[in-house]
Amino acid sequence: MKEMLNIALPKGRLGEKVYAMFKAAGFPCPAIEEQNRKLIFENEEVGVRYFWVKPSDVAIYVERGAADIGVAGKDILLEYRPRVYELLDLDVGKCRMAVAAPKGFRDDPTRTLRVATKFSRIARDHYAGKGRDIDIIHLNGSIEIAPILGLSDVIVDIVETGTTLKENDLEVIENIVPISARLIANTSSFKFKNDAIEKLLTQMEG
Amino acid sequence: MTDYGCTLRREEQAVFALRGLYEDYGYAPYKMSKFEEYDLYVRNKEFLISDGVITFTDTDGKLMALKPDVTLSIIKNSRDESGCVQKVYYNENVYRVSEDAHCFKEILQTGLECMGDIDDGCVYEVLRLAAESLRRIAPKAVLDVSHLGVVDSLLDGLCAEGRGKICHCMGEKNAHELKAVCAKYGVAEDVADKLQKLVGLYGAPDKVMPALRDLVGDTAAVATLETLTAAMVAGGYGDMLRVDFSVIDEGRYYNGIVFRGFAQGVPDSVLSGGQYDRLMRQMGRRGGAVGFAVYLDRLGRMPEATREYDVDTLLLYDEGCDLTALYAAAGTLRGEGSVMLQKEIPSKLTYRRVCRFKNGEVKPV
Repeated sequence: MKEMLNIALPKGRLGEKVYAMFKAAGFPCPAIEEQNRKLIFENEEVGVRYFWVKPSDVAIYVERGAADIGVAGKDILLEYRPRVYELLDLDVGKCRMAVAAPKGFRDDPTRTLRVATKFSRIARDHYAGKGRDIDIIHLNGSIEIAPILGLSDVIVDIVETGTTLKENDLEVIENIVPISARLIANTSSFKFKNDAIEKLLTQMEG
Repeated sequence: MTDYGCTLRREEQAVFALRGLYEDYGYAPYKMSKFEEYDLYVRNKEFLISDGVITFTDTDGKLMALKPDVTLSIIKNSRDESGCVQKVYYNENVYRVSEDAHCFKEILQTGLECMGDIDDGCVYEVLRLAAESLRRIAPKAVLDVSHLGVVDSLLDGLCAEGRGKICHCMGEKNAHELKAVCAKYGVAEDVADKLQKLVGLYGAPDKVMPALRDLVGDTAAVATLETLTAAMVAGGYGDMLRVDFSVIDEGRYYNGIVFRGFAQGVPDSVLSGGQYDRLMRQMGRRGGAVGFAVYLDRLGRMPEATREYDVDTLLLYDEGCDLTALYAAAGTLRGEGSVMLQKEIPSKLTYRRVCRFKNGEVKPV
């Protein structure tokens, strides 16, 4: 039986875009293009198995070897620091990690800065690099309302177009890091399925 | 003699197999206490895999630690005589934060250290033992090898922070970000280009070494790597040997040859080692050292044939039956596999067959 290359795709629009890239690189799987609610799809002929997972879980599947390769946002890689190879910047899903605050916000360096975010580690590292004392408020969603309700002074979050910020009277005051989707590989799979991974990589780079 | 191979867990089998291997090469067992003064780890904390150390105050007020690492203790207690090479191996439990579980774990680790007046012969022997260790614990394995001198010669004069960041990108095979980091720390464009190409080099020595030579020239590090990989190939380890410059040390403890071993089915490396003369210097030793550790806890992740049943035969008996005859009958049945004695069938127990012992006889139920 042909050895399968297991690929974890992030559910949603980004995943569909990325699958099109894999398909163009010579790893098609017609079953995935059918409209259904299945999560695992195989094309034995090509030797590929795709599965849809929550975008923030892709890195876990790859790190633990359930997937040989996958596509994860740089934000997730910076936040969770999985032990994986980051082989390629796919140049899609582009956005940025930024600090945003209510319009007209003035930072008072004599006070501890309250930072609301889903990305605690990125925020902590960013402010540690500046030697700024902060209080992290970890939230799981609707980060934008934290400064409006006085829960935090600023937020650290992903900014794509800036529309949500604008609609909530917030503005970017500092960019932290550009974000895009990355092709990642399990360190062990890279050794044992090297031919398939290198082939895919060469096709996608081309 | 009874063969216990099938009843031992994979990591226990590995301990026996590796102990035999290391003793065959004249390595002496090294036994040590579970505790060490915490100060040793504070002074060398970058050498440790994880930051967390379990500490306690001893009766004399000294702050002690449960060993998170073995190498530091071995160096501390090593002889420092010129012309002497000390070869030891160990099987020890260490206590550190598991990268998977994110909490403290007791981890069984085995490994060896060769320290003192080491030469290329010692490095080759240790590399060979690393390859042989992998062969004995995994049906299919890969040993990635690199030489830090190759990267060091390109990064000569760069600040520690810049070197660390560049090595981090190399460790991730992250060629796209490597370029930006190089630019940030003022690395010349041609050097950045070479580093990017270096990250992309991966494969068997016959494929990688000519490309490496073209890329960085005939440096001493390239020559050493070539000699050692050629000897490994000649020694019969070519099928598992790969040259990979993502095997790198972000700290400044290792120098020379570094390597990492992978077993098919285990998602992370199972063996890691290299030459650590710099750590020896830091700990006041004149000699060099090379060694490796095998992470036995990770072997449990290898796919294994799962047992179909909890027990082969479940033998039911009635209270008050003739115990001598019962145990004689069970003994006979054990010739065909495991036997569990019970008065009633336990719930959730799976068994191949169930029998009843009645009136001195065993009858299938």
